[in-house]
Amino acid sequence: METGLTTLGRRGVSFISKLGGITLMLAKFIASLKEMHRSIGLIFEQLYVLGVKSLPLIVIISVFVGAVSAWQAAYQFKFIGAPLRYLGQAVGKAVVIELAPVLSAIVFAGRVGAGIAAELGTMRVTEQIDALESMGISPIRYLVMPRVLSCLFMVPFLVVFANFIAIMGGLIVSVVGVDVSSETFLNGFRNSFELGDFINGMIKAAVFGLLIGVVGCYEGFHARGGAQGVGLATTNSVVISSVLILIFNFIFALILFRI
Amino acid sequence: MPEPLIQITDLHKKFDRHNVLSGVNLKINRGESIVVIGQSGCGKSVLLKHLVKLLEPDSGTVVFDGQDISELQGRKLINLRRRYGMLFQSAALFDSLTVAENVGLGLKEERSHSRAEIEAIVNEKLSMVGLSEARDKYPDELSGGMRKRVGLARAIAGDPEVLLYDEPTTGLDPITADMINDLIVELNTGLNVTSVAVTHDMTSAYKIADRIVMLYGGKVEYDGTPEEIKSTSNEIVRQFISGSAVGPIRVG
Repeated sequence: METGLTTLGRRGVSFISKLGGITLMLAKFIASLKEMHRSIGLIFEQLYVLGVKSLPLIVIISVFVGAVSAWQAAYQFKFIGAPLRYLGQAVGKAVVIELAPVLSAIVFAGRVGAGIAAELGTMRVTEQIDALESMGISPIRYLVMPRVLSCLFMVPFLVVFANFIAIMGGLIVSVVGVDVSSETFLNGFRNSFELGDFINGMIKAAVFGLLIGVVGCYEGFHARGGAQGVGLATTNSVVISSVLILIFNFIFALILFRI
Repeated sequence: MPEPLIQITDLHKKFDRHNVLSGVNLKINRGESIVVIGQSGCGKSVLLKHLVKLLEPDSGTVVFDGQDISELQGRKLINLRRRYGMLFQSAALFDSLTVAENVGLGLKEERSHSRAEIEAIVNEKLSMVGLSEARDKYPDELSGGMRKRVGLARAIAGDPEVLLYDEPTTGLDPITADMINDLIVELNTGLNVTSVAVTHDMTSAYKIADRIVMLYGGKVEYDGTPEEIKSTSNEIVRQFISGSAVGPIRVG
């Protein structure tokens, strides 16, 4: 029993210290923004590598997210006897408010957050980060700031595409599989569309991007002990980012979408 | 007696519960070439990293040119680090940059040189280490010895006052190791820098050192010239420099 409590206590302390470390990394990122002009080239490079190169993956998952949400909505409508003319409305709301921001962010955490943790983790264990520091170059400005800033901007950018592609996926399934005309589907979507929902989705996406970047950088910076340590940092970055995305998503639901 | 350039006083450092440095005292004079020897894991690299504040001590001080470096932050710390050049054990070249970009990165980020000046300095330093032809290659296209030489070119690019070498010859064949030793001696005499090297390679130590310091049990066990160390009666030092498994040093 005592051993169990000790382990629980140690894990609790470790969890709190990790949250503290992530917050500190966020503070360092914010402080480094005053030197943003010195890293413009690096920022554009990361916008391309982290963001633009994620676009094909986001397109693929968005098609299927839209398709399955249309199919499942139709299935539920049939079950409760609701008219199918509301299909566009149901898919549109679900995609813009929840599915596009959350699923894009989780996929982004898997591709980009893991990539950042692995890259910076490898740089840590091969002393490249020490080398930067020894040369008088701030690793926060040189490595962290361009990556976090890119995540902050690119997740909302990708969510715009995800919204559009997912609605198209839903439309195709509705027309081909559920026998709802494209006009009916799009009218339903248009009638229910609110700019506020879209903006709230963008705000969520930006915060998720920030979380993914900061957690990836934190885990990479704190990788220890060779390949195993880098692997652990990579896994931790995906797990922590995904959990934080879902927790923050719930908090956003309470704040932004009041019942 | 002139003021030492670097003065380390009662330096303690532990990781988790393991004491690595337990009261190291060391003075390094301007222009001297010091070699720190000791078993693997005895804290040589840890000591080196304290000199540029890559690690901070649990207690004790490192004073550089009259300034306690624990007080340095931000711009002042960057300025301190620019007075040093460091060659890392694995060379620590940046994978995503070419050889020339690696060598010129510090100068580029310092923003006090034009592009043409950086180009000229990079060419000069690469020529000093005999790697002019490799300037456009990436680190993964280089052998271990070439990487060390690029690391050396990068370390001297900013014309530092102090050069730190972390295991400069480890993992190299004897001929390449000797070439690196020659380069270090040339840099010490030619550029008149102060240098601190950590190694367990005694051939290298004898060749490059003015003074050899041995770390043992987290403290300085011995401090003397290469000639003095060869004739020392200290059993610990004798066992280490002879490479014998039998003696007071416990292995493992």
